[in-house]
Amino acid sequence: MGTSVYATLGRLASPPVFYRIAEASRIWLIGLFLLLFIPGIYGALIGAPPDYQQGEGYRIIFVHVPAAWMSLFIYVNMAGMAAVSLIWRGKTAAICARASAPAGAAFTALTLATGSIWGKPMWGTWWVWDARLTSELILLFIYLGYMALVASIPDRRTAAAAGAILLLVGLINIPVIHFSVDWWNTLHQPATIAKFGAPSIDKAMLMPLLLMAGSFMVFYLAVMATMAQALLLEQEASSQWAKQAAS
Amino acid sequence: MESLGEFLAMGGYAAYVWSSYALSAAVLAGLWLTALRRKRDSRRKVAALNEDRQ
Repeated sequence: MGTSVYATLGRLASPPVFYRIAEASRIWLIGLFLLLFIPGIYGALIGAPPDYQQGEGYRIIFVHVPAAWMSLFIYVNMAGMAAVSLIWRGKTAAICARASAPAGAAFTALTLATGSIWGKPMWGTWWVWDARLTSELILLFIYLGYMALVASIPDRRTAAAAGAILLLVGLINIPVIHFSVDWWNTLHQPATIAKFGAPSIDKAMLMPLLLMAGSFMVFYLAVMATMAQALLLEQEASSQWAKQAAS
Repeated sequence: MESLGEFLAMGGYAAYVWSSYALSAAVLAGLWLTALRRKRDSRRKVAALNEDRQ
């Protein structure tokens, strides 16, 4: 069975197959995104009751927390694909890591921006140099640094290897971000969902939060697949399948 | 929800809530358009490259 799983993964990772699957799945990803996003945004803005402390102001949570989860998830995903590309020299894995970076950086910037906007009315300040905010800002710099590094190296393999090493070293920042609210004193509230024991949030608020998070996840997959298609086409420009795909 | 005005006022947090949602929408739209444009440009580039060779 092990062989067939690897054979399947290997076929999926072949550039023409990946390109075709990405092409065929786009419409389904858009549909799934809308299926999650429409009830999610309705619950976020209308369905969920106001918070007992923050009133309507807490509704920022429905974009801030999914964006923050994506900023971490995309990074870990990139580091995993980078490791695969280092170990098995996978072309498609390296390209998927590279194609994920803009979405990762954008969700990190969105996390910082919406957090700042949320902080002003609730904490009385746009920004505080505490562990949570600072480590998330460092995450943004790692994403930007990765993109600059990979773009600056013309040789594809060297660029992928250098990028992979940067991603793997930067992985140390991820648990720091997650546990920062427990390890250090901060204005930021501790984890509500991703913690041991039951989530401390009402179902009417949890449901839209999960729907929005799901829609962001599907959105990321669609963006990553499309950007990976572009990178694959350019990289394989002289191959038969790329000629056909571009015509 | 009692009225549209009340909904838009967001209990006094309108500026904070709506700017957060507007930023989020802008980020999603920006990413999606960038990805589509990036792919269109690659296809054109590869097609042009292969026309030159023929």
